[in-house]
Amino acid sequence: MNIYGIRAIYHFEMARTFRTLWESIAAPVLTTSLYFIVFGKAIGSRMGEIDSVSYGAFIIPGLVMLNLLNESISNASFGIYMPRWAGTIYELLSAPVSWIEVLIGYVGAAATKSVMLGILILGTARIFVPYEIAHPWWMVAFLLLTAVTFSLFGFIIGLWADNFQKLQVVPMLVVTPLTFLGGAFYSINMLPPLWQKITLFNPVVYLISGFRWSFYGIADVNVAMSIGMTFGFLTLCLIFVWWVFKTGYKIRN
Amino acid sequence: MPASKAIATENSAPIIWVQGINKTYASGFQALNNINLEIKRGEIFALLGPNGAGKTTLISIICGIVNSTSGIVIADGYDTVRDYRTVRATIGLVPQELHTDSFESVWATVKFSRGLFGKAPNAPYLEKVLRDLSLWDKRNVKIKELSGGMKRRVLIAKALAHEPTILFLDEPSAGVDVELRHDMWRMVRELRAKGTTIILTTHYIEEAEDMADRIGVINKGELIVVEDKNVLMRKLGKKRLTLTLRQSLASIPAALIGWNLTLADDGSTLIYTFDTQEEETGIAELLRTLSEHHIEFKDLRSTESSLEDIFVSLVHQPKGNAS
Repeated sequence: MNIYGIRAIYHFEMARTFRTLWESIAAPVLTTSLYFIVFGKAIGSRMGEIDSVSYGAFIIPGLVMLNLLNESISNASFGIYMPRWAGTIYELLSAPVSWIEVLIGYVGAAATKSVMLGILILGTARIFVPYEIAHPWWMVAFLLLTAVTFSLFGFIIGLWADNFQKLQVVPMLVVTPLTFLGGAFYSINMLPPLWQKITLFNPVVYLISGFRWSFYGIADVNVAMSIGMTFGFLTLCLIFVWWVFKTGYKIRN
Repeated sequence: MPASKAIATENSAPIIWVQGINKTYASGFQALNNINLEIKRGEIFALLGPNGAGKTTLISIICGIVNSTSGIVIADGYDTVRDYRTVRATIGLVPQELHTDSFESVWATVKFSRGLFGKAPNAPYLEKVLRDLSLWDKRNVKIKELSGGMKRRVLIAKALAHEPTILFLDEPSAGVDVELRHDMWRMVRELRAKGTTIILTTHYIEEAEDMADRIGVINKGELIVVEDKNVLMRKLGKKRLTLTLRQSLASIPAALIGWNLTLADDGSTLIYTFDTQEEETGIAELLRTLSEHHIEFKDLRSTESSLEDIFVSLVHQPKGNAS
């Protein structure tokens, strides 16, 4: 195992994060604050409780998940796309590092940043809405698992994209809609029966449901199913990245 | 070093052994065609070729940046694909393009390179590399603030950060000033003296002539000649005897037809080209013949083909004629 190599990649990526710390943190925190003001306070105060949880508190896990998914994808995709774009990837490709070491470095740094942001958003939420975490260890586990899985997904997008537009397409056109339709702002039990079934094809439903369960002990879908689906997606992403490095698809050809 | 994996690591064995390498890109373009090449341990090998000849593709395959379509490369006794971890730790590459992390400082980027290649931190060594390249004073400067020449130095420092025993320099002197070129070649000589094998490509053929032990010429994806530099220049070099005539000639006189002569400068210069390999140059006989025909000259000088002349003749001659 090339520990020095992993450390070099991780530190390089974290240094990039800290160089743009203000931009990285300010926008998500501001957006989340606006969500809490609009949905939590203005609209939420006129809505009833969902499963005995106030609406303001109900949306917290969904909002954290929304930011976690977007940040994980954005950090990891940008992290690997930039060296491809700038040409500095030659050094990574000629270095004695395996694909798993590259992943640990890039995905580890992207997930670290996402988790930091998730915790910051939880802190921000506390200013607007009182809430408690029923299963704190499970909350941390879901936070880490989701950050790693979607950082891995972002890494794949960064390998696939040929330009900056493509880098934005998947987060904008796929992930954000799936998150909004994944129960970030509502319980899927509020949907008509047909849509309740259709929405189960949305993988984000399982993430938000599991994460919300760790806060309030309520879930739209079985918690074991949530964990299983996340691990399933993680495995798919790992297999894809392994294949990319094995064949050199888009990077060594 | 796991002996079971090493194929041949004696000092006499080539440090790089390229066997039957082909590369066809997805577009169908064949960049390399059955390349076979051996690089000797500790030598400076110059790979010459026109733009698009396949030099960078070959280097990229050896360094692991590009996958070959077929063929194998053994470096220091190890397969570059199967034993990539062992091989790559010994190779440093200075790429042709100025690919740098613009927002990083010089110190941070060389430190990154050393770590990436699996080496423990060694600040005194990195300081020496930066001092040798006149970069020490710029160690805290962001790379984007450096000139093109300084960026080239940074790339060299990055390539040396993990103390490689094989160094690839892909067009290292492109776009750099005379001072850096001299510094760089001095450093290359020092590295070679310490046992580092150096493979370079350059457009400045006089540099290859000056620096290299052996020359390889690649054209249209095929390696057309690999030879010791001095042998190559002796075998393929020509000499020219240039005579400045007292009176211009309208054409070459009939008595001189059969000599390898050309008339230049409106008939005032007669050029005799002869092979350096021939036992008899024919100069004495030519001068005697000129005298017999009352063709007088006021000056004469002899010149030898440069490596550049040989290179140009090699890449322009029909396929299969190189020897």
